[in-house]
Amino acid sequence: MVEHRPLTDFIAYAILTLGVFIVAFPVYLALIASTHDAATVVGGHMPATPGAQTLENYYRAIFVGGARTSREPVANMLINSFVSAIGIAVGKIFISILSAYAVVYFRFPFRKTAFWIIFITLMLPVEVRIYPTYKVAADLRLLNTYAGLILPLIASATGTLLFRQFFMTVPDELLEASRIDGAGPFRFFWDTLLPLSVTTMAALFVIQFIYGWNQYLWPLLITTQDSMQTIVIGIKKMLVTTDELAEWQLAMATAVLAMLPPVAVVIFMQRLFVRGLVQTEK
Amino acid sequence: MEKSTVFNNRLLPYLLLLPQLVVTVVFFYWPASQAIWQSFLREDAFGLVSEYVGLENYQALFAQPEYYRSMLTTVVFSTLVAALSLSIALLFATQADKNLKAAPAYKTLMIWPYAVAPAVAGVLWFFMFQPSLGMLARPLRGMGLDWNPLLNENHAMMLVVMASVWKQISYNFLFFLAGLQSIPRSVIEAGAIDGAGPMRRFWTIIFPLLSPTTFFLLVVNVVYVFFDTFGIIDAVTGGGPAGATTTMVYKVYADGRLGGDLGGSAAQSVVLMVIVIALTAIQFRYVERKVQY
Repeated sequence: MVEHRPLTDFIAYAILTLGVFIVAFPVYLALIASTHDAATVVGGHMPATPGAQTLENYYRAIFVGGARTSREPVANMLINSFVSAIGIAVGKIFISILSAYAVVYFRFPFRKTAFWIIFITLMLPVEVRIYPTYKVAADLRLLNTYAGLILPLIASATGTLLFRQFFMTVPDELLEASRIDGAGPFRFFWDTLLPLSVTTMAALFVIQFIYGWNQYLWPLLITTQDSMQTIVIGIKKMLVTTDELAEWQLAMATAVLAMLPPVAVVIFMQRLFVRGLVQTEK
Repeated sequence: MEKSTVFNNRLLPYLLLLPQLVVTVVFFYWPASQAIWQSFLREDAFGLVSEYVGLENYQALFAQPEYYRSMLTTVVFSTLVAALSLSIALLFATQADKNLKAAPAYKTLMIWPYAVAPAVAGVLWFFMFQPSLGMLARPLRGMGLDWNPLLNENHAMMLVVMASVWKQISYNFLFFLAGLQSIPRSVIEAGAIDGAGPMRRFWTIIFPLLSPTTFFLLVVNVVYVFFDTFGIIDAVTGGGPAGATTTMVYKVYADGRLGGDLGGSAAQSVVLMVIVIALTAIQFRYVERKVQY
C-alpha cells in the first residue's frame, strides 16, 4: 500500500489475526476434545486446555475402534485413504501426461476431437451422474475395491489441461535438438520432457492427493464393507449413534487424524500447491 | 497456439491417448448417457422391469413441491455461502496485501482449511454447535435462545452455511490475494497522488480491476456449494430437519438411495447437468472476452 501509517498496519494485523483465529478455532477445539475423557467432553463443560487422555484416546481410535459404534479402527481407514488418494493422484498424472503429450506433440486425424472428448469432462463432477456411475462400477465388479475407489475419479480433464499448458511453454528448439541427436518420441519424452515436467507433476500430485483424500459421496456409495472405508466416511459413521452415546473424544481424534495428512501436504508444499491450483483453475 | 515441430507417427498418439479415453468413456460418457436415458424410463423398485415413459419423470419432478423447495434451498444456501465467503476472503486478502512484515506467515496460516475435507469441517462445526455439549451452543442457550440445529430449520441452515463458508474462505483468499498482487502498484500510487483515500482507491481502482477474479470465483463458488458441500450437509444435518437443508444434489442422492426412485433421480441429475453446463458456458464466454481485452 502507498501510505505507511502505523494505524492502518495495526488494523491490518488485527483483522488478519482475527481471521487466523476463526480459521483455527474449530480445529483447536477438536484437538482439545481429543485429549479428554468421554465424560468431560459430553458433560458440556470441556475446559479450554488439554486433558490427560491423549495417548489413550488416540490409541483406541487408531487400533481398537469405537466400542459402541464397533466400526473399523482408524489405522485401517487411514490405509484405505492413503491408497486411494495416492492412486487417484498417480493415476491422474499417468493418464493425463500421456494424452497431453499426444495432443501437443503429434498431428493425427481426430486430434481435436480427442481433445474435446477429454475437455468436456471438466463440466460434470461425479456427483451429477452418481447412480449411473455406481451401476457401471457395480457391473464391472468394482464395488469394495481400490480400483472402484480410484478409476471413476480420475476420469476428468484437469491434469491433461495442466500438462498441455506446460508443454506449450517448452521451447520448440528442445525437440529440434533432440531430433538432431536422433531421439525418437520415447526418448524425447523420457530424457527431455519428463525431467522438465517434475514441478508440474508435483503440483498436480498435491492437488489430486487432497482431492482424493477428501472424497465423500463416491466412497460412501462404492464401499459397503467397513474394511474398505476411508477415514472421511468413517468419522461421520462414528457420530451416527444417538448423540449422548457418540464417543466424541474418539470422533475428534479421528477428525484430527483425517486432517493431518492433507493439511501437512498443503503447508509443506505451499508454493507448488498454489502454483498448480492457480494454473489448473484459470 | 500450435507446435511447429512435431513427431510423425501413425499409431503412437492413439496408444498414448488410449488410457485416458478408456477411463473417460467408461466412467464419464457411459454413465452420463445412462443418466439421460434412465430419466425417460420407469423402473420398479428392484430394477428388474423398466418401461419407456417419455417425459413423465420430468413432469412428476416438476409437479413435486419438494423439488421446488430443494431449488429454493439451493439458491438460498449458494447465495449465503458465496456472498459471505467472498466478502470475508476479500477483506482478509486486502489486509494481507498491505506491506506487512508478517504477511507470508499469515498467508500460510490462512490457506490450510482448503485441505480439510468438507465432511470433517462439518463434523468440527457440529461439535461446536451441538445443542447439549457444544462449546458455542451453551452461551447461545444461556442467552435464552433455544438453539437447536437438530430441530430448528433455520439453525440447521445457519450451521451448514457457517461450515461451508469456513471451508471456502481459504480458497477465495488465495485467488483474491493473487489478483490483488497482479494489480500494478503505479496505478494505485497515481490514485493516491490525485488525493484519493484508501477507501476511495479500493472502490474506484482496485475493486473494478479485481472483477475478473471475483467473477471467476463466483462461478467456482457456486459449483462448490452445489457439489462439494454434500459432505457437510450429510455429516451435519442429513438434509434435515424436515428437508430444510436438502439441496438439489442431496435430493438426487436421497431419492435414488433411500427412495429407490431411479428414474426420478436420473431426471434430477439431468436438470443439474443442464444448470452446471450453463454456468460453465457463462464462465467460458466471459473468460474468452477477457482474453480479447
